[in-house]
Amino acid sequence: MDKRKIYQKLNPLTQCKKYNLDIWQCPNFLFPLSGMITILAMISTYFVAIEYTEPEIVALIVIGVTTILIIIGYLIARGFENLAQANQLKSEFVNITSHQLRTPLTGIKWTIDLMRKSKHTTNEELLEKLDGIEESNQRMIKIVNDLLRVARIEQNSLNLKPQDISLNEIIDKLIKEYKPLANASNIKIVLETEPNIPLIKADLKGIDFILRNLIDNAIKYTKEEGLVKIKLIKKNKLIRCEIEDNGVGIPEIDKKNIFKKFFRSQNIMKYQTIGSGIGLFISKAIIKKSNGKMGFWSEENKGTIFWFELPINK
Amino acid sequence: MKKILFIEDEQTLQKTISRYLEQEGYQVNNALDGEIGLEIAKKEKPDLILLDIILPKKNGFEVLKELKEDETTKNIPVIILTNLEGDADVEKALSLGANTYLVKANYRLEEISNKIKETLNQ
Repeated sequence: MDKRKIYQKLNPLTQCKKYNLDIWQCPNFLFPLSGMITILAMISTYFVAIEYTEPEIVALIVIGVTTILIIIGYLIARGFENLAQANQLKSEFVNITSHQLRTPLTGIKWTIDLMRKSKHTTNEELLEKLDGIEESNQRMIKIVNDLLRVARIEQNSLNLKPQDISLNEIIDKLIKEYKPLANASNIKIVLETEPNIPLIKADLKGIDFILRNLIDNAIKYTKEEGLVKIKLIKKNKLIRCEIEDNGVGIPEIDKKNIFKKFFRSQNIMKYQTIGSGIGLFISKAIIKKSNGKMGFWSEENKGTIFWFELPINK
Repeated sequence: MKKILFIEDEQTLQKTISRYLEQEGYQVNNALDGEIGLEIAKKEKPDLILLDIILPKKNGFEVLKELKEDETTKNIPVIILTNLEGDADVEKALSLGANTYLVKANYRLEEISNKIKETLNQ
C-alpha cells in the first residue's frame, strides 16, 4: 500500500467524502473528534485542578465536557441511523428495479414463445410482435437510464450541459406528442403562455425529462375527461412553469414523501401499477442543480399543480 | 371449449398469453383490472382464472378473497401469475385458496399451459 492510500485510509474526511456523508453525520469523523475532546478535557481538568483547588470548578468542567460528548454521541447515533436508512433504501432499490424490469423481460420471453408456436404467421402479425418486443425493450432502456441518473445524483456527478432553451417550443412539441395518449383517455392538454417568454439556460435533456415526467403523471393520474393545463409565467428574473391537472391528487399523508426516491403514493397505486417512483426525485435534483426551485400544490380528488422556476438567461 | 379468464393489466403480456392459449384450443377472456375481473368471473363462470397480484382498482389478493367468498365462484380454480415472489405473498395467496403460484418471468408459455392443463384435470 503506498503512502497516499494509507493517508486516505487514516484521514476521516476523505472517508466521509467517499461515503458522500456530511462530516456531522459521519462516524469516521465523529469518533476521533469525541476521543480528542475527551483527552483534551482530561488534560485541561488536570491543570485546572492544580491551579484552582475548588472542586466546583472541576465539576463544572466535567459537566460541560460530558454535555459536549453526549451531543457528539447523539450525532454518531444519527450517523448510523442514516447509514442504516441508506442500506434499507438500497434493498428497496433492488426490489423495485427487479420487479420493474421483470415485466418487460417477461413480455419479450413470452412473445418469443408465441412466435415459435405460431406456424402460419402473416407479415402483419410478425410486425405486431416485433413492435411488442421493441416496446418492452424501450421500457427496459428507460428504467436503466433512470436508475443511472439516480446513481449519478447520489454520487453528485449529474452531468448537465446548460444551453439556451425555449420552454415554449419544447412544450409545444411535447403537447403534440402526448395528444394521442391524452385523447385516448378523454383528457385535453393546453398551453397557456404569456407573450415573449424569454429563453432560459438549462440542460435540454434534463428539461425534456422533467416535462415528460410531469405531463405523463398528469395524464396518468387523471381519470376520464380531465384537463391538463401547462402554464408559463414570467416572474421578475425567473420563468415559472406549472403543470396543472384535475386528477386524483396527493393524499395529505404522502405529501412530505413525494420527492423521495422510490416513493409512490398509495392512492395512485390503485390507478396505475406501472411506475418506479424516481421521476420526481430526478426532476427535483435537475432543477436544484440548475439553480431553480420545484414544488407542488395538491388536494385529493381535486387535482395537483407541479411547478418549477428557473432563472432567465441574461 | 374450456373458458379461461386472465386478469392482467399489462396489455403485452395479456395479448401474448391469450393468443398462445387460443391456439391451444381455449377460449380466453381478458380483464385489465381487479374490478372488471370479478365482474366477468361472476357473469361468465370461467373454468379457470389466471390472476395477477399488482392490479389497478382491486389487487389480486382482494379479487381472490372475493372469488372464494362467493358461492358461485368459489370452486373455480385460480392460478396466480405474477412477478412478485416474496414468501409472504406466496403464503398469502395459497392460504386464500389459490391452486398454484407462478412467477411470470420464470415460466415459458408452454410450461404455463401445462400447469393450466394439470389444474383443469384435477
